[in-house]
Amino acid sequence: MNHDDVLLNVRGLKTYFYTLDGIAKAVDGMSFYLDKGETLAIVGESGCGKSITALSIMGLVPQPAGKIVNGKIYLNNDDILEYPESKMQDIRGDKIAMIFQEPMTSLNPLMTVGSQISEMILRHRRVTKKESWERSVSMLEKVQIPSPGRRAKDYPHQLSGGMRQRVMIAIALSCNPQILIADEPTTALDVTIQAQILDLMLRLKQDYETSILMITHDLGVVAEVAQRIIVMYAGKIIEEGNVFSIFENPRHPYTKALLKSIPKFGNRTEHGREPLQEITGIVPNLYKLGSGCSFCPRCKEAMDICKIKDVGLTDLGNGHRVRCLLCKSKREE
Amino acid sequence: MKDTIYKKILRRKNLVVGIIITLAVVFMAIFAPLMSPYHPIDDADLMVSDQPPSIEFLFGTDEQGRDILSRVIYGARVSLSIGLLSQAMNTVIGVVLGLLAGFMGKWWDDIIMGLTNIMLSIPSLVFALAIMALLGPGLINVFLALGFTNWAYTCRITRSQVLSSQELNFVKAAQALGYGKIRIMFTQILPNIVGPILVIGTLGVAGAILIEAGLSFLGLGTQPPTPSWGGMLATAREQLFTSPWISIFPGLAIFITVLGLNLLGDGWRDYMDPRISRQ
Amino acid sequence: MEPILEVTDLKVHFPIKKGIFAQTKGYVYAVDGVSFTLNKGETLGVVGESGCGKTTTGMAVLQLLDITSGKIVFNGKDISDISKMPFDEVIDFRKKVQIIFQDPFSSLNPRMTIEHIIGDPMRIHKMFGEKEIKERVAYLMEKTGLRPGQAGRYPHEFSGGQRQRIGIARALSMGPEIIIADEPVSALDVSIQAQIINLLVELQEEFDLSYIFIAHDLAVVEHICDRIAVMYLGKIVEMASYEELFLNPRHPYTKALFSAIPIADPRAKKDRTLLEGDVPSPRHPPSGCSFHPRCPECFKTCNIDDPVLRNMGNDHFVACHLYNRH
Repeated sequence: MNHDDVLLNVRGLKTYFYTLDGIAKAVDGMSFYLDKGETLAIVGESGCGKSITALSIMGLVPQPAGKIVNGKIYLNNDDILEYPESKMQDIRGDKIAMIFQEPMTSLNPLMTVGSQISEMILRHRRVTKKESWERSVSMLEKVQIPSPGRRAKDYPHQLSGGMRQRVMIAIALSCNPQILIADEPTTALDVTIQAQILDLMLRLKQDYETSILMITHDLGVVAEVAQRIIVMYAGKIIEEGNVFSIFENPRHPYTKALLKSIPKFGNRTEHGREPLQEITGIVPNLYKLGSGCSFCPRCKEAMDICKIKDVGLTDLGNGHRVRCLLCKSKREE
Repeated sequence: MKDTIYKKILRRKNLVVGIIITLAVVFMAIFAPLMSPYHPIDDADLMVSDQPPSIEFLFGTDEQGRDILSRVIYGARVSLSIGLLSQAMNTVIGVVLGLLAGFMGKWWDDIIMGLTNIMLSIPSLVFALAIMALLGPGLINVFLALGFTNWAYTCRITRSQVLSSQELNFVKAAQALGYGKIRIMFTQILPNIVGPILVIGTLGVAGAILIEAGLSFLGLGTQPPTPSWGGMLATAREQLFTSPWISIFPGLAIFITVLGLNLLGDGWRDYMDPRISRQ
Repeated sequence: MEPILEVTDLKVHFPIKKGIFAQTKGYVYAVDGVSFTLNKGETLGVVGESGCGKTTTGMAVLQLLDITSGKIVFNGKDISDISKMPFDEVIDFRKKVQIIFQDPFSSLNPRMTIEHIIGDPMRIHKMFGEKEIKERVAYLMEKTGLRPGQAGRYPHEFSGGQRQRIGIARALSMGPEIIIADEPVSALDVSIQAQIINLLVELQEEFDLSYIFIAHDLAVVEHICDRIAVMYLGKIVEMASYEELFLNPRHPYTKALFSAIPIADPRAKKDRTLLEGDVPSPRHPPSGCSFHPRCPECFKTCNIDDPVLRNMGNDHFVACHLYNRH
């Protein structure tokens, strides 16, 4: 990987949680990169560590239980894990911004949305109050909020869920960050509003030349927005590749099964109803991970050795990497 | 499973300390006759009055020559029984009224909540004093005064839990399964609010012990010669500087018992709250 | 086809109370004139966005809230006002119409063992002897893919998917004819959803159930439902069989909803009609057709007349003025 335009480079990130129930390896050795202007999606089920990966990059791992125990996170070739908190505060919002799933709880209910955007601009830019307000209003306009001048004086509770998420995007983009981390940005929204927000994000991404790190469980959303995909399972990357190779040529049994398990709209009308392919078993408990491949207990193609042997990522070429002994042995043959 | 419950309890230090202190006080109250070296009332000997702590009298003696250690041990009986009984009464009153208010709604709710607000606006010591003034001093009257004054919190919590749990899906499911209102109340809602009610009860016992001590100190509670911590403090007041041990030990007994109960209540609440226990 | 449930002009309006004396200051028109029929052995899907009244419709059919007006007929019996029905008829209705909830965590009493959660309804209504109840609990657990040996455990010892199975077993315990499934898979992990969907399909055949399947995920609805009703702001705007609706959506809202679904195929066409604005509040529904402020095909009469649901042939019902002009 000798790209010149790697913006964010995460190497061997390990974020563990130390709790009364034991140690949870929420993120267990993640290495990936994010290019300039790229949209990378991290996909996985609840508890797979995708949100913790995002929070680790932001330096916002929940304290005191969570701890980054290992790894490096390079932003423009600088390891931001070495930065003191004050410097991280300068980076958050300015270079890396984040939007969350729940737009209601992520906004301050006691401040107008306009002043919440201005505050962000004042924190990171040398501007006067008046300039920052004007910029806030223009940000609201950019996220297509009607009559932004008036809306800027509204409080969050006066806005609908979709509007609030637009405001969150306006806040996040107000300082023109290099990276926008979006953690399930449309999960709490209705389908028609989701379509609006995704459309808006993709449009703004081009205007601002921002890279997006999208965290989601929705494979449909991923197929629409992402250029590259990382599939996570139990704190590890199990497959990585561009959107076409993941959707059209998935190699890991989990990715394959996941894609087959979701019903596709129109499938029954066109092909009749067949039972959906199930992934048996349950999502693993991070406190009780054993050795070997953590998908092994649910895997249809598991071999005896899968239970014992930890397997690394195999490079299949073209940036497609997969963590599975099946692929490894095939490649070695 | 059992093993992890013990472990979880052992990890909460305040809960462990609370349990130990409370058990010790309860033990002391139950086995008072076996534990105390002297009789708390009959073994008065004016020849040894106002003795400082010694091997013979570990906590010293009072102005009538009674062993303070024995009186403190016996005092636990009064304090604990008043605390437990009156709080039990408060809990029953509070839960019944709270259930009525939450379940019946309408004017039941208005009247009960109005009453609760009145109760909450008067300090319980003042309220208890007023009742004592009406009924006259005495142990039974203390019990009555405390048993009717401290149910407001329990009532409020019960009511709010009833109201919020009606929105819970398992309560809706029970309705859809044809459970009657009363059955829902007793099988679905009550078991789920026992925890918070017991926590409030534990804290309430501590409060009642303090108020009982206060009343006895003012001469309205337990009457001499029955040993009670508050009463002992009252009589020791005049000798605070000449014979401080007469007041220090019953004072410490109140302090430690109330502390223990509060630690128990707080620790229990933390233990039950999954958000805190996760970390 | 034999109708098992007929709902006619169902309305549920929630009063908004404000002020010290709790005066009624208007209404939330949660369900505002909904009519549909559920046939025996059929699955009727109810889709729509949050606040469209789909869950309220389900709760009203279950008689878990008071309906404002309208008629609900179950097996030929009018059950619109359960408080006026004789006790044994109410119990009979309760046995026959059951619910599965979205959230598998709040839907089970944390203080009861699985044995009690599934078995108690049968005990309360004295449907079987104790020995039979024990056997039935084991049977239902097996049918829903749980291990009967775990009957003594409490809900928190199970995962989300397993809890949803427990909820399904509970709903089946009294031998229901209708199950109202309110978003039964949307709170589950993607890899677990398929398990529950397949289970629901299997159980329907085995126990001869009729489902009302409330959901917002159109792909799931198309997979599981025979007919689909699309709701918007308390009204059904379109209703048809799944093929008919998928191949030939008529209402502009249905079309927009379909085009908004993200498709898990990176090469799929992505030209879509984006709807403007948000769903209006059900407190102040727009005049005329409630979709008109967002409708790309809105014309003159739309903000005046409220369109009625009309059969366009082939049992395809649409409430839209576009199809009324002839």
